[in-house]
Amino acid sequence: MSEMSRTVVVGSRVGLHSRPAKLVAEEAGKLSVIVKIAKNGGDPVDARSLLSILALGAKKGDEVIVTAEGEGADAAVDALALLIERDLDEDDA
Amino acid sequence: MPEELAGVPGAPGAVAGPVRHMTDAVNDLGPAEPPEDPEVELQAARDALTEVEMLLEKRSAEATNKDVAEILSAQAMMATDPALWDKIAAAVSGGLPATHAVTQAFESFKTLLEAAGGYMAERAADLDDIRTRVVASLVGSPMPGLPESSEPFILVAKDLAPADTSRLDPSMVLGLVTREGGPTSHTAIIARSLAIPAVVSCSGAAGISEGEPVVVDGDRGVVVRSPDPGLLEDVARRAEWMANALRSSTGPGRTSDGHAVGLLANVGGIKDAEVSAADSEGVGLFRTEFLFLDRAEEPSVDEQEQAYRAVFDAFGERKVVVRTLDAGADKPLRWLDLGEEMNPALGVRGVRTQRVRADVLERQLEAVQRAAKASETDVWVMAPMITTVGEAAEFVAMAHDQGLSRAGVMVEVPALAVCADDAAEVVDFFSIGTNDLSQYVTAADRTIGALSDLLDHWQPALVRLIRTITDAARSASIPASVCGESAGDPLFALVLAGLGITSLSMAPASLPLVRASLARHTIDDCRRLAELALTSDDHQLARSSVAEAAHLPIR
Repeated sequence: MSEMSRTVVVGSRVGLHSRPAKLVAEEAGKLSVIVKIAKNGGDPVDARSLLSILALGAKKGDEVIVTAEGEGADAAVDALALLIERDLDEDDA
Repeated sequence: MPEELAGVPGAPGAVAGPVRHMTDAVNDLGPAEPPEDPEVELQAARDALTEVEMLLEKRSAEATNKDVAEILSAQAMMATDPALWDKIAAAVSGGLPATHAVTQAFESFKTLLEAAGGYMAERAADLDDIRTRVVASLVGSPMPGLPESSEPFILVAKDLAPADTSRLDPSMVLGLVTREGGPTSHTAIIARSLAIPAVVSCSGAAGISEGEPVVVDGDRGVVVRSPDPGLLEDVARRAEWMANALRSSTGPGRTSDGHAVGLLANVGGIKDAEVSAADSEGVGLFRTEFLFLDRAEEPSVDEQEQAYRAVFDAFGERKVVVRTLDAGADKPLRWLDLGEEMNPALGVRGVRTQRVRADVLERQLEAVQRAAKASETDVWVMAPMITTVGEAAEFVAMAHDQGLSRAGVMVEVPALAVCADDAAEVVDFFSIGTNDLSQYVTAADRTIGALSDLLDHWQPALVRLIRTITDAARSASIPASVCGESAGDPLFALVLAGLGITSLSMAPASLPLVRASLARHTIDDCRRLAELALTSDDHQLARSSVAEAAHLPIR
């Protein structure tokens, strides 16, 4: 099995908190493979877990590593990476 | 005999009514013995989590406030969080009953979030809220939460979670009392926005019986048991006045004879720009620290411009007074080493950071100017901690060079206040920061609670110093505003207007009462009240003589 991995910079002004974290967890829940997120060489956590994402404490400008394995891993990693890079707090503006 | 229970003011106003206690969480989890059938236990845990998820989702859908709906929906997600579930399942397999397994799993995530600090630590309280609901469901207890009542009541709780406050019906909840929590707690903020009197941190409230009539005095921060008829009458008068004031208070600040006193809001960031919806004439104090604190590098001019623009645009053509960076040893910046100081309040702070790094202020003014140019907003700039007339002139010249035509200074250092007549000749406006001015003029540290009487804005020395500043401003025909806690005091606002203050900037929640207070007095009334405050030789006497002479039901 191939492992897909991408390093991205958190784009949301407030970091991966509140609304951005929730949107990421919701999106991860819709994907067919399990995607994991890690910060600064820390343990990767299940991206479907809002609590785990919050516990990462990732701030705007922090680098996080998004990984997944198996069928569809490519697209799944891309989808979440894209979301993390965007300023998700801006959506309402 | 009336008995007073001490607390801390949470939200202004006073109200009388019967007490209802919020249902407390279940504390008894039962014995931590291995369950007979772990499968059954697991299923019970799953059912309880799902029940709570559905309950929170339902509340989220019913919530009328978008922020509350968002928080509740996030809480619903947390209830069925896969990582949380893994921990619960592992604990049950390891021989724990569901109540203990759930508690343990929530606690471990709570520790993680608390360790992350800041916003995350606040979410840790959410976890407590979800956990107590799940445990109640497991042991078949009533869900902790708001009491049912057919008549309006005073709610007493340990502290309120967002899930509870979203369901608060302002027509049923007359007042709020919490046994824990402080003046900046969620409960206090919600109470202020709903205009419900609140007392927080009142540990004695636990002893009040269900249905017992009490008075909640949110101005003084006390709960009164067995209130006497005199107090009840006073409360009714205050409540009626407040309700009237809130209903009828709209538009720009005016005395009853039409003298304008601008009413503006204090704003501390982009999120706060939502206060643009509040009925104000703009922003009298836009604190820019949020952009600079807690970062590795100075924000670029572009980033600053965008952030300022977002706030300007929220206020359209109204006025926004930008205060340049106010950092110091107590508000350290990672990218600007100010070193350790014995006495941060008297150190290199505010505009004094210029001495260490002159270019930071230049770039900030450039960003403000660019954002101002691209917006419709009436943008003013001012610098904090200006001490000498020379510093004032230098800052104003710098701002004018950038094309910012309205440049002024905060008057918060007594040295500048004393030389206000000369300073008024070189600036476009004054803005008096009464919080700092009072700590400097009384040599009393703002952070020391035991000195709070010296820091009272009714101290004659402060009032007289404000007069020096307003006299200078009047002679030079420049505006003088106040942006400090004192501006939001409906009684003191009258004194300020009487001294010649041209606008007041405060927390948005304070605006309606100050507006209503001004509207009940002529400018000559205000001048007479100012004279009373000026001639009192004691702060308490100053307040009580003004309260007695003013047309307000405040004693």
